[in-house]
Amino acid sequence: MLDDANRRLLRHLLDAPGAPVAELARRAGMTPATAARRLERLREEGILKGQHAVINWRALGYSVEVSLRFTLDKTNPRAFDEFLAEARKVPEVTEIQTFLGRVDVRLSLVARDMAHYQEIYRARILTLPHIADIEALMHIAPIKRATGLPV
Amino acid sequence: MIALDDLDRRLLRALVADATLSAGALARRTGRSQPAVWRRLKRLEEAGVLAGRRVDLDLERVGFGVSVFLGVKLATKGRVSLEDFERAVSAIPEVQMVEHVLGLYDYRLRVVARDLSDFERVLRRRIMTLPGVGDVEANVLLSEERLPGPIG
Repeated sequence: MLDDANRRLLRHLLDAPGAPVAELARRAGMTPATAARRLERLREEGILKGQHAVINWRALGYSVEVSLRFTLDKTNPRAFDEFLAEARKVPEVTEIQTFLGRVDVRLSLVARDMAHYQEIYRARILTLPHIADIEALMHIAPIKRATGLPV
Repeated sequence: MIALDDLDRRLLRALVADATLSAGALARRTGRSQPAVWRRLKRLEEAGVLAGRRVDLDLERVGFGVSVFLGVKLATKGRVSLEDFERAVSAIPEVQMVEHVLGLYDYRLRVVARDLSDFERVLRRRIMTLPGVGDVEANVLLSEERLPGPIG
């Protein structure tokens, strides 16, 4: 579990992921050397798994974002593995999540426009194995995207 | 909207994998000069393609054992303003993400909680009491992977 100093450090890192270590240290009330050591430790322990650039697909001309929710045919024990392996091969898929609930798998998909979406949907999505049901939620607008966590 | 060339794609792929790479490290990887790489990064940032960073934590080990995706339908469309719902839902700290969507649900939320009973508390006290909230569907996250997307 995390001690208070690590919680503080992570909270500030989540608030300002690009900030230099000296700045994080100042905000968390510790010396830069301590902050650097603690961050290194959190990385080694696998608590801090990494930092990833976020791409704004709209800026690259991908104006359509769709959340596709699948129910799989679970009579086949390989259904999940085979579905996921094929879904990973679709270049426009940006996220894959599996769930416990009415939905088994969700894919985030980006497309240039509706015609492009239709093309991907027919050629790459409907052909994925073991689908029992699909629902699509068309993304209209992001309302909140918290970088912070109530750590 | 900007067009990407090979170098842009390589830089984006590298940064999606590890956003902490310096311009120097990226220059070594791509065999370009550091100023050349730096200019490209600047251009990608200015065009809005690089939209910040995501810190990836082992959520379970920082105390959030449960992530749940909720589909929320508003019950009284037209009577409760979308703005009121959006403002109230965005103020809940456990709600990490809110998206306005079109389809079976009106909003998609991502909620973090310490465990299932903590999630139940958030659901009952904070989500179900939101203005205008109707049908709510919950799916508990089991696994998640992010892919680089069409920059390959």
